[in-house]
Amino acid sequence: MAEPSLLDIAERVVGWSGAGVDAEAYVAREHETEVRAYKGEVESLTAATSVGIGVRIVRDGRQGFAYAAALDGDTLRETFDEALDNSRFGSVDEFAGVAEPDGVAPASLDLYRRELADFATDDKVALAVELERATLAADPRVTGVESAEYADSIYEGAVATSRGVAAEARETGCYLAAYSLAADDGETQTGFGFSVGRRPDELSVQKAGTDAADRATRLLGAAQAPTRRLTAVLDPYVTAQLLGIVGATLSGDAVLKGRSLFADRMHDAVGAAALTLVDDATDPDAFTASPIDAEGLATRRVPLIRDGVLQAFLYDTYTARRAGVASTGSAVRGGFKGTPGVGAHALRLAPGARSQAEIVADIDDGLLVQGVTGLHSGVNAVSGDFSVGAEGLRIRDGETAEPIREVTIASTIQRLLMDVTEVGSDLEWLPMSAAGVTLAVADVTMSGS
Amino acid sequence: MLEADLVNRTLAAAMRTGADFAEIFAEDKRSSSAVLDDGRVEEVVSGRDRGAGIRVVSGDTTGFAHTADLSAPGLAAAADAAAAAARGGGGGTRTVAVSALQAPPRIEVRIPPEEVPKDRKVALLTAADAAARSAGGAITQVSARYGDGRRRILVADSDGLFTSDDQVRTLFSVSCVATGDTGMQTGRESAGRTAGFELFDLYDVEDMARRAAQRALTKLTAQPAPSGTMPVVVGPGGGGVLFHEACGHGLEADLVAKSASVFAGRVGETVAAPTVTLVDDGTMAGEWGHYGIDDEGRPAARNVLISDGVLTDYMWDRLRARKQGRASSGNGRRQSYQHLPMVRMTNTFIDNGDANPDDIVADTSHGVYVAQLGGGQVNTATGDFVFGMTEAYLIENGRITAPIREGNLIGNGPEVLTRIDALGDDFAMGSPGTCGKDGQGVPVGDGTPTLRVTALTVGGTAA
Repeated sequence: MAEPSLLDIAERVVGWSGAGVDAEAYVAREHETEVRAYKGEVESLTAATSVGIGVRIVRDGRQGFAYAAALDGDTLRETFDEALDNSRFGSVDEFAGVAEPDGVAPASLDLYRRELADFATDDKVALAVELERATLAADPRVTGVESAEYADSIYEGAVATSRGVAAEARETGCYLAAYSLAADDGETQTGFGFSVGRRPDELSVQKAGTDAADRATRLLGAAQAPTRRLTAVLDPYVTAQLLGIVGATLSGDAVLKGRSLFADRMHDAVGAAALTLVDDATDPDAFTASPIDAEGLATRRVPLIRDGVLQAFLYDTYTARRAGVASTGSAVRGGFKGTPGVGAHALRLAPGARSQAEIVADIDDGLLVQGVTGLHSGVNAVSGDFSVGAEGLRIRDGETAEPIREVTIASTIQRLLMDVTEVGSDLEWLPMSAAGVTLAVADVTMSGS
Repeated sequence: MLEADLVNRTLAAAMRTGADFAEIFAEDKRSSSAVLDDGRVEEVVSGRDRGAGIRVVSGDTTGFAHTADLSAPGLAAAADAAAAAARGGGGGTRTVAVSALQAPPRIEVRIPPEEVPKDRKVALLTAADAAARSAGGAITQVSARYGDGRRRILVADSDGLFTSDDQVRTLFSVSCVATGDTGMQTGRESAGRTAGFELFDLYDVEDMARRAAQRALTKLTAQPAPSGTMPVVVGPGGGGVLFHEACGHGLEADLVAKSASVFAGRVGETVAAPTVTLVDDGTMAGEWGHYGIDDEGRPAARNVLISDGVLTDYMWDRLRARKQGRASSGNGRRQSYQHLPMVRMTNTFIDNGDANPDDIVADTSHGVYVAQLGGGQVNTATGDFVFGMTEAYLIENGRITAPIREGNLIGNGPEVLTRIDALGDDFAMGSPGTCGKDGQGVPVGDGTPTLRVTALTVGGTAA
């Protein structure tokens, strides 16, 4: 007899729910390899398969959840029973429930590459070793490589609910990541570089190594700058991080709980006219693409902001019921250990017409922000206050000038979106739930000495 | 969890390719948690994680495999995979013989959380919700979380080590949102100990909720934080996270070995103001970063890292210590059996000075008083850091005055150590934290007395 599929397991578990009980089972299996190189040798090689199940029960409007990192019969039963017992203690909520089929067919996305499954361990080791070498060779000021790694994952997941949802997805992914150390004149800086793909031949050792070296060396000799107001030009990577925060403020959960800046702003201009933002997990170029969301519903293209005007919020099944709308297929979950929540899958700004260099050429007084720190502590997604550490290059008279570090840039999320003057043409997907693109923002406070 | 015989056979299989060292780390963890948000108990959650990680070291190469299958065939397969990954040169067989399990005294847990009925855990959440909301109509949202975990671990290695530990932790936190003229402001309180449900003999959840609500309400009246470089006084327990992040990580031997630390090669040198003593102490009973043995089977220890301003030692795990021909300092930790251990902190703190904390403030003509730092980020290679301030005030003419909101502190850890010019005698531990490194989270504690840093950059939004 063939081994049961993950969907078979999920459907079997939800089949245990009797009358008056709604159940959802999420089952995942992931095979991972990670190779770290150090000084030309393998520092560590990890190979492992992990499996797990998360069971959510809703009975009489009360929700319970349990998970386990195993899929044997006893564990499945124990997990189901524990979730059922836990449901006795949740508050009654008329909107609680599991997903029901909504007639939207999942996009046909092929995210699985056999080439990755067939990729030999020796070749993975070779990539990691080569990455370390390329990083060291990229610049004479690179003095060491803190880590150089190759990692891959073959993931399969399935969701079933007692209301008839039955969906599965699988995907492959791999990446190279390097952290370099660069020194000059007694000063040390670090930098990271990466390359991401669905199969190994999409990875670029050169790009990951060169980026790691560039990020470390470009800040050598950097100093604080005096406090002033100026135009900030955000590098694509920084923009993507910022979009992640904006996406969180547009979640139906934040809106319903009174924690969104934009709760009462539907159809208002919340950003500059240059801003058009969509969340689209059906875009196969996104590394976070997926045909189904964490509740097993089809993902879809959700236009959030068009020409600066707020068009939509993101909803999962629960928040949609509570708001009296339909799910936007925006359920996300951190893995089988957690219940689904609402979140963006793959945010993307509509790109503009000009490159970063062309945008910089028009700015007399600015800061090209190449990295930000403290995004989690320094941004209050509830109030919108925004103050993060920044590093990058000063822009003077249309040209990039001296490197700057240990400054903060401050504004509010609301003002930042309104003050966007231009979106670059350099859209690139990054290994996060947003694509990067250059973004110019006027009138930002840079605090320094 | 595992019998000596099975351990010996598994270790022998792991050593079959002629490795230098092999280790089994088995773990059985049960956890429960409950979350209240928006006036509702969202759900009670139960979790079970059980499995083993097998590590094989050959020369400078580590092979690692983990499995959720603790049967003899499951362990044999993982041992095989780890051995193949390490690919030792020599080959041949080696007998491994661990004898009777030698476990340290068990950490005393008075009220095992798994024996506490779920409705009592849920009642804590609803009590906190009610207490926070009674603090005033401006409190518009409350969320609270209860969590407990019991983690039984077993460590055996090819040097004959065979030991185990039973670690119980309990945590409670409450967050409030207050709404007013300055928009929405947040306040948070948390308490966590390496202990059972007796945590709540020490902490009253209603008190915690009222304090969290007060924080949020205070911030409604707060003015935007100033910008610029100024003296910063950090209150007791409020700033330990800064020293954990911006100094502690640089004292981890794995980062030092790769020269990814500003403290590399500086043992014996003066790296801090002469009054500063920095300690990492896994033996502090009950504290969030406490344990009996680390995740490589070594007993937790008290390690003085900086003594009266002089760098005395780094923190070590087994692998790094072995290369240096010294003992581990009991700092080898891992998030779970699915992870390789590395050098991690436990409870990290700046020890007491002898100044009166009131005098420290009175001696500061202008600056910022930070009662509670928020999350932060640090570059361990340079020591550069950014931290949010979740509760802070202006200091004007030697007095703590208006509350300020939403500012960051930005600076450099090693520089801060040299710029501490006053240390109070009012040491306190801070909030329980989860330290992230290389994608692995482990529970850690931190602490400080009141202290003053002569100059730090405050990044606020005030014009």
